Amino acid sequence: MAVFTRAPKAEPILGQNRVVAHLLAVLTWVVGLLYFFPLLWLVLNGFKEEAVASGSPTLFFEPTLDRFGDVTEDAGNTLSFTEAFMNSFWIVLISTVFVMILAVPAAYALAIRPMRMWRDVLFFFISTKFLPIVGAIMPIYIIAQGFTVTIPLVGWELGWDSLLGSRTILVVLYTAMNLPLAVWMLRSFFAEVPKELIEAAQIDGCSLMGQIRQVILPIVAPGLAATALLCVIFAWNEFFLAVQLNSAGAGTIPVWVNSQQEFQGQFIAQFSAASVLAILPVVVAGWVAQKRMIRGLAMGAIK
Amino acid sequence: MTDTVVDGAFVDDPSVEDQSVEDESVVRAREVKALARREGWKRRLPILPALIFTIVVTQIPFLFTLFYSLTDWNISSIEPREFIGFDNYTSLNNPGEKFFREAAWVSVQMTVIAVLGSLFVGTGLAILLDRKFLGQGFIRTLLITPFLVMPVVASLLWKTQMFNKTFGLLNWLIESLGFEGIEFASRYPMASVITVLIWQWSPFMMLIVLAGLQGQDTSTLEAARVDGATTFGIFRQITFPQLRPYLELGTLLGAIYLIQVYDHIEVITGGVGTKNLPFWIAQRSIGGGNLFGLASAYSILVVIASIIIANIGLRVLSNLLEDDS
Repeated sequence: MAVFTRAPKAEPILGQNRVVAHLLAVLTWVVGLLYFFPLLWLVLNGFKEEAVASGSPTLFFEPTLDRFGDVTEDAGNTLSFTEAFMNSFWIVLISTVFVMILAVPAAYALAIRPMRMWRDVLFFFISTKFLPIVGAIMPIYIIAQGFTVTIPLVGWELGWDSLLGSRTILVVLYTAMNLPLAVWMLRSFFAEVPKELIEAAQIDGCSLMGQIRQVILPIVAPGLAATALLCVIFAWNEFFLAVQLNSAGAGTIPVWVNSQQEFQGQFIAQFSAASVLAILPVVVAGWVAQKRMIRGLAMGAIK
Repeated sequence: MTDTVVDGAFVDDPSVEDQSVEDESVVRAREVKALARREGWKRRLPILPALIFTIVVTQIPFLFTLFYSLTDWNISSIEPREFIGFDNYTSLNNPGEKFFREAAWVSVQMTVIAVLGSLFVGTGLAILLDRKFLGQGFIRTLLITPFLVMPVVASLLWKTQMFNKTFGLLNWLIESLGFEGIEFASRYPMASVITVLIWQWSPFMMLIVLAGLQGQDTSTLEAARVDGATTFGIFRQITFPQLRPYLELGTLLGAIYLIQVYDHIEVITGGVGTKNLPFWIAQRSIGGGNLFGLASAYSILVVIASIIIANIGLRVLSNLLEDDS
């Protein structure tokens, strides 16, 4: 929050002059609207009749909700919207919960009670994001195909059936994908808890759980929410793993949108309606959390 | 058995060879040490689950890839895989494997242009936004939205409603100006993909730069202004140096994600003229090529290249973290 609430007398780089400042404000509006225009166009097209959408471009038309009905209708054979939505919902929810369960203690340890070499540990987490996923995709594919190992002597069978096309494989991979970023962001939020506050609580005889509940959590709660939201956004939008490992079974929303385009071909209005449904949850979440999210990312390195 | 273990333990610590001479201070020192060790484990313990999970899911598959890369494994063939040493790696020098080099070049171009482009646009947007005006929050919200949109939708939107020759707005604009329409995605595949990448990533850069601009030390700026420095002079000599860590951070985070671009390529061009390394490797292995051995060798090379880039990146990070302790 603090980053975006201006310090009292901070001066902008441009526009010391009054007139220039007004002109720049107008320019900013124009640039902002132009930049957003493709998305506005997408939303508008979602409310058009198919014939209007593929005709000459127009901003004035009679809006209809029919396209949204069309795309959410259950076609039976292919991946339906409801199915994809539920797949995405559970995969994103569970993987984000896992990320937080793993990342919160790690970030707490890195920030509040750092041991020697904490930097190296943080680097290790971040460095796993540098490894291209292609470096691991083939073994993951093979392992996910399932295997059984019979342990000699006892005769126990160990292994699993194919996870390809299941929600499980994506939950595991999305957890791994978001964990480094979450540790990174959370560490910066934990680092902001004043050491004096924790010491004061210790002197007052506060237990570790008490310290966490009464001192640390209230300060980092907004940061936790922002981090979780960023994980949700990345997991919700992920396409490569979803389409490579999962297109057959538990298809997610990005896979569904892409299939809409494949099946519908040139049906612009219908595709637009599908897209609006696909991006809406995450866009709204991002709007709400924008300030904290970026602060966590930026301050992760700089503070 | 027990004896040897005890012996070993004693040899490790010569001070306790003769227990009778062990005095109180040694005992105390050892207690302190044990306490420190226990304390150390207490501090490390919360990190372990995350660390172990990350190692198991990201590092172990990588070791498998390393192993596959030394075999001639073709998953569609029933013949057992054979160990062929470094043949997969040396085969990259064959003239027939020029596609690998092409994909590498596409990767470099795409990452560099997209990162620099979005950094440039993002900084511009941030400078425009860095001022109080009516609707500042609203415009900022509009500007960050492209970053939140899923890549598949962003790519399809640009492909079918902006670039497309029949239905695309860009072509409608071009035609109403009296020129002939262009099928952008097939005529300029690289530029089309990079345009969408920059559109999506500039907002991200903008937010990072904005955090930097608004965290500036205002007294320095005022002092410079009082001394009669020009706007440009202030930007070059004060703002820019203060922004540098933020720009570096943006470059780093942007590069991490943009080097792995897949979705945009798959949707906009289907790979024609824009196959980068991740796309190409996926195509040759699990995407139907089935050459797991060869593709693994490519993956290893990509990982090595990434490690080199990452080392440079991590050095930047460690500079950023330096004043943290």
